[in-house]
Amino acid sequence: MSRSAAIGLALAGWLMASHPLAAQDVPKEPVSASTTDHAKLKELQRDFASGPELTEACLACHTEADEQVMGSIHYSWDYLHPQTGQRLGKRSVINAFCGSVAGNEPRCTSCHAGYGWTEMSKAPPTRAAAVDCLVCHDRSGQYSKTATGAGHPPLAPVPAGTKTITGAKAKPVDLAKAAQSVGLPRRENCGACHFYGGGGDNVKHGDLSSALVEPGLDVDVHMSPDGQNFACSDCHLSKSHRWPGSRYSVMASDTEGTGLPGERRDVATCQSCHGEAPHPLTLTGIKLNDHTDKLACQTCHIPAFARGGVATKTFWDWSTAGRLDADGKPIVQSEFTQSDGQHLHTYLSTKGSFDWGEEVTPFYAWFDGQVEYANSEHEIDPAGVVEVNRITGDPQDGVSRIWPFKRMRGRQVYDSGLNRLVATHVWGPTSDTAYWTNFDWSRAIQAGMAAAGKEFSGAFGFVDTYMYWPITHMVAPAEDALDCQECHAPNARMAGLTGIFLPGTDPNNLTGMIGKLIVLAALAGVLAHGMVRLIAGRRRKGGAHG
Amino acid sequence: MAKRCVQVYPRFERFWHWAQALLITVLLFSGLGMNGVHTLLSFDAAVRLHTVAALALFALWVFATFWLFTTGTWKQFVPKLEGMVQVARFYAWGIFRGEPHPYRKIYWRKHNPLQAATYFGLKWLIFPAVWLTGFAYLSYNLWAGEVADGTLWITVIANIHLLAAYLVAAFVIVHVYLLTVGHGFLSHVRPMVTGYDTIDLTQEQEAYLRTNEPYRIREIC
Repeated sequence: MSRSAAIGLALAGWLMASHPLAAQDVPKEPVSASTTDHAKLKELQRDFASGPELTEACLACHTEADEQVMGSIHYSWDYLHPQTGQRLGKRSVINAFCGSVAGNEPRCTSCHAGYGWTEMSKAPPTRAAAVDCLVCHDRSGQYSKTATGAGHPPLAPVPAGTKTITGAKAKPVDLAKAAQSVGLPRRENCGACHFYGGGGDNVKHGDLSSALVEPGLDVDVHMSPDGQNFACSDCHLSKSHRWPGSRYSVMASDTEGTGLPGERRDVATCQSCHGEAPHPLTLTGIKLNDHTDKLACQTCHIPAFARGGVATKTFWDWSTAGRLDADGKPIVQSEFTQSDGQHLHTYLSTKGSFDWGEEVTPFYAWFDGQVEYANSEHEIDPAGVVEVNRITGDPQDGVSRIWPFKRMRGRQVYDSGLNRLVATHVWGPTSDTAYWTNFDWSRAIQAGMAAAGKEFSGAFGFVDTYMYWPITHMVAPAEDALDCQECHAPNARMAGLTGIFLPGTDPNNLTGMIGKLIVLAALAGVLAHGMVRLIAGRRRKGGAHG
Repeated sequence: MAKRCVQVYPRFERFWHWAQALLITVLLFSGLGMNGVHTLLSFDAAVRLHTVAALALFALWVFATFWLFTTGTWKQFVPKLEGMVQVARFYAWGIFRGEPHPYRKIYWRKHNPLQAATYFGLKWLIFPAVWLTGFAYLSYNLWAGEVADGTLWITVIANIHLLAAYLVAAFVIVHVYLLTVGHGFLSHVRPMVTGYDTIDLTQEQEAYLRTNEPYRIREIC
């Protein structure tokens, strides 16, 4: 090597080492590992008039993709629970938010992984081209779906006031650009729907919000670009367009752990990567490994949900909806201030009253992974708090673990004649039955139940509800996991949970009181004995001197 | 019989006593912390401290038991009824009247009958209750799956452990108080530090010691 080249190399090395900016010039993400650059495909170098037209181009090569997607819950919105036999999925369930998809189709089905599903009573479109490839695979960052378009993207010319499913102002999508950009889904692809469930950012889940698009390490250790920078599908690893990780049938405990290379990619559990005994073999670590017989990993490692600056809706009271101001106009109040300064709705004439929370402490319960929805097939007891989705669990069954949940509180409308929850037709700007347009519950329920194909007695009332959302995302760095005394202390996190013996929670139980009495008696005894000795001794001395 | 200054507590026994005193203090402190009585330690730190101290104390007990039986010292701890009533009467009555302690320490009997009975109860009931329940507590995950209701078992075990711990605490209180009886606190503590105490020796005992173990007799205590 010549002398000048050596100096040049040394200089370059020095420059790179001392100037971090130089390193940033290198693209952070490596060039796609795919063997196809879709931008070079002639078939995609043309204008597309609609989403389905583009899908046809995709299917020309990916011949089986439509079959795979249509067979998945992302497309069918239908799930037959293997244990309870209950029909679940968005087509069937009634929740504590906007109630039901049935009756509100083009609004709710705007998040469907397809195009043009306008009636819940019918199966989703079966035409192959009705599958929406781009919502998951667009990497151009400019693909979106309109908020009320039954899944279609906004295309030029976009009518004024159109919004996307994330609530942003809709801009016309360049379908060719999107098509040429395709790749594996990133967090923002899945998040476009899953972060905005319930009609807004983090409204539903509590642990899935736009904060996860670029989360700090403290918000999500796996998804943070400063951490593992995981995409959703790094854990929810797809096989033929199906993903492990169900909220209807959760794998509450995983005692199999990791598999050999090539094995064990059918679950999205913590253990499938971290094994069953992930803590180091120290005194504390061994004890923490032992805790897995009672606790889900999430219980300690997600100390709070709705972290990262996006609040979640914690309470929704529909019974106060319908109030109008003096001029007969709908009322809007925004009295919750999010940590970023944004004001969130606390009252809307259309929806009633809300409450929100950030960094919310979870609700803890035994959970075997099974969920049963009340829907409109179970009779409810309106005197108590109705569980919209009842979670089951038994400390003794060997499967259940104590899980963290977002426990959503609600007050929602029900059929007071039949004692059942109801589907409601709330959205419908042009209908004369939609609640948000007409503020008439009776007609809104009538229309909702008709859309769901269910019976309605005509009488309605409001009932307090709970809805449970298992918390499993927003895993904090290990140092932020719960300290022992978050649970091992009086009136701490697990207070009220049965089926466990939790040291440190009740120092004044019967044994504790008896023990303290024994110690007090010993103290009192020696004190009294000592006093008598002292007095008797003085008297003897006094007598001698006297 | 003559009063002599004799080494009654050999080095190991003194080490045993003071190490045990330290470990029991640590165990009571960390244990009460874990139980929620105080929050001076984090739960994690309390568990670690308690576990390490417990294992150390158990190791010490293994050595002490070996020592007690190989040296024959175990006989010191066998309770006898003889003299018990007099000693009890002394603590309840005579002590207030300035009477002398009825018990004379002799070479093979350094504990008075009440003391011996207390240590016997401690060694055969309370300490075994502590370490049996303690080991069961510590090894919970090794057996919980083998019993029908592990939660019930661990609840019972933990409560016995706690009750025994409070009894040990009561013992410590009375034990320390009794050091103030008689010739005073220091005269009771000193032998456990130096090993030497004034006791009655028979002529034969003295002759034996002077010939075979002369270091065990000092002229002044």
